[in-house]
Amino acid sequence: MKRPAVEPRILPGFGPALGFTLLWLSVVVLAPLAALVLSALRMPPAEIARIVAAPRVAASIRLTFGLALASAAVAALLGLLLAWVLVRHRLPGRRLLDALIDLPFALPTAVAGIALTTLYAPNGWLGRPLAALGVPVAFTPLGIGVALVFLGIPFAVRTLEPVLESLDPEVEDAATSLGATAGQTFRRVLFPELLPALATGFSLAFARGLGEYGSVVFISGNMPMRTEVAPLLIMTRLEQYDYAGATALAAVLLVASFLLLLAVNRLQAWGVGPAARG
Amino acid sequence: MSIEVLGVTKSFGSFTALRDVSLTVADGELVALLGPSGSGKTSLLRIIAGLERADRGSVLFHGTDVGPRDPRERRIGFVFQHYALFRRMTVFENVAFGMRVKPRGERPSEEEVRRRVGDLLKLVQLDWLGDRLPGELSGGQRQRVALARALAVEPRVLLLDEPFGSLDARVRQELRRWLRRLHDEIRLTSLFVTHDQEEALEVADRIVLLNQGRVVQDGPPEELFERPTSPFVLDFLGNVNIFHGRVENGRALLGPLSVAYPDHPHAEPAPAAGYARSYEIDLSREAGDTGFWASLTRVGIAGALLRLELLPDGAAPLKVELTRERFEALRPVPGERLWVVPRNLRVFLETPVPPRAQ
Repeated sequence: MKRPAVEPRILPGFGPALGFTLLWLSVVVLAPLAALVLSALRMPPAEIARIVAAPRVAASIRLTFGLALASAAVAALLGLLLAWVLVRHRLPGRRLLDALIDLPFALPTAVAGIALTTLYAPNGWLGRPLAALGVPVAFTPLGIGVALVFLGIPFAVRTLEPVLESLDPEVEDAATSLGATAGQTFRRVLFPELLPALATGFSLAFARGLGEYGSVVFISGNMPMRTEVAPLLIMTRLEQYDYAGATALAAVLLVASFLLLLAVNRLQAWGVGPAARG
Repeated sequence: MSIEVLGVTKSFGSFTALRDVSLTVADGELVALLGPSGSGKTSLLRIIAGLERADRGSVLFHGTDVGPRDPRERRIGFVFQHYALFRRMTVFENVAFGMRVKPRGERPSEEEVRRRVGDLLKLVQLDWLGDRLPGELSGGQRQRVALARALAVEPRVLLLDEPFGSLDARVRQELRRWLRRLHDEIRLTSLFVTHDQEEALEVADRIVLLNQGRVVQDGPPEELFERPTSPFVLDFLGNVNIFHGRVENGRALLGPLSVAYPDHPHAEPAPAAGYARSYEIDLSREAGDTGFWASLTRVGIAGALLRLELLPDGAAPLKVELTRERFEALRPVPGERLWVVPRNLRVFLETPVPPRAQ
């Protein structure tokens, strides 16, 4: 249905609310992004392509995207498990556990990075037995993944928790009474309900992982071509006064992540649509 | 398939939901589990379905204990109060669900599923809504989908938990008559939970009345209505007026009323109360042998009936229901004093457990 752009409202304060929203979006979100896009646009496309195609840069982009995607997927699954346990089981100390989930949000990322590095370093508590098993964690892509999962899980838990709480247990009883096994109930009834929240948790964790810098620099070892993530490479370029290189890389990251998040968003809208009325 | 419940007891923490409850539902019978909220009726239904485990006692289907059996193997159809439809599936897929989750060997073919879902949707008169989502249906339609879904697994018994509880009054009446006709057609052993006495009286072959986790009375609707065994049953099945007093020497002395009570010939008085249903009270302008004066305070219209409120001198207000004809014949005006005669006073000795407060 088409509406006039501004319709008389019963609720007061529409004007100020719209103005404030636009102002906030412009100053805090759009202006910096626009500056980035503008400076990228000043560069000839061939130049951008050349910078991004350089082996070291291409490797960092591949590593960053690959790890952000993989760890967001792992975080979403582990987050689902955690949210399930928190919502469905009355564990002793549930509230404490619930508060602990948010800790990665609050912890300075550098602290998290140093803690994880100490833990997983070849001489650390977990790193030593793992290294003995032939699975080195710190200073490998796996180590970066561990850090990103650590940071991503709270997003998944916090988006899934309210959805799980809102699910009517009668629906599961109904599936059981109709002869469905626990697995069938989960696959056919619960999972479709959880998918939108899962997608949100995934995209938040992905976005966080893509830009993560603080915790990664410690555990990754920052070896060019192997464990150097794109945000770090941007920092390096800036320190070398190579603004063009930093801008090109940032622009590519921005466009790629925007497209990906848009895709996840579409998926969510498709998932939410029919049920919103139920 | 008959259902037998033997001595079932169930507690949740310190709250005892069911105390030693036994009942039977004969093959093909439609039985109502009636009771106020918190009387344990839903717990009992869930125990029969296997969705809840009894602390003690057993459930028998056709003489076989189903206690250890998974709800999936009991072959029951369960209809939930809030429909519990799968909201991301179409009506068709909701009904087909029970067939689709069967083990591979028993799963019917796609044509078979189509045919049976089509038949069931016709049975519940919704065959034109197969591709809608539950969110697009009205409450009554959703509940009929839920019923079709429960019937799709060819259950041996049908269990309904307050099936009309969340519908509005009109749809509720329509749907319960429809359920009765459907039951007469398919004759599936059915047990339904309700807190609405009217619903139970109208639909059921037999009523099991529960209170505080115990069976209070069990019998056909007429029997419960005509021969209640306790004040609770009387009170629960209709609007009653209570006259407190005592019995002695074969008479019940209840405030302004005095009636024969041969069951208590002793001289020693015992506390008792008389109960008169609100439509079993006569009003007139002349005093008679037994009765008392009261002033009319309010007249309300309830469809074919008129609800009157009267205030006797120094006693609790009375509720009286008159048919329109009787009201027209008398034409009482608020403020007027009228002679009140209970036509059918039932006297019960006061038990330690007081009747439900109205």
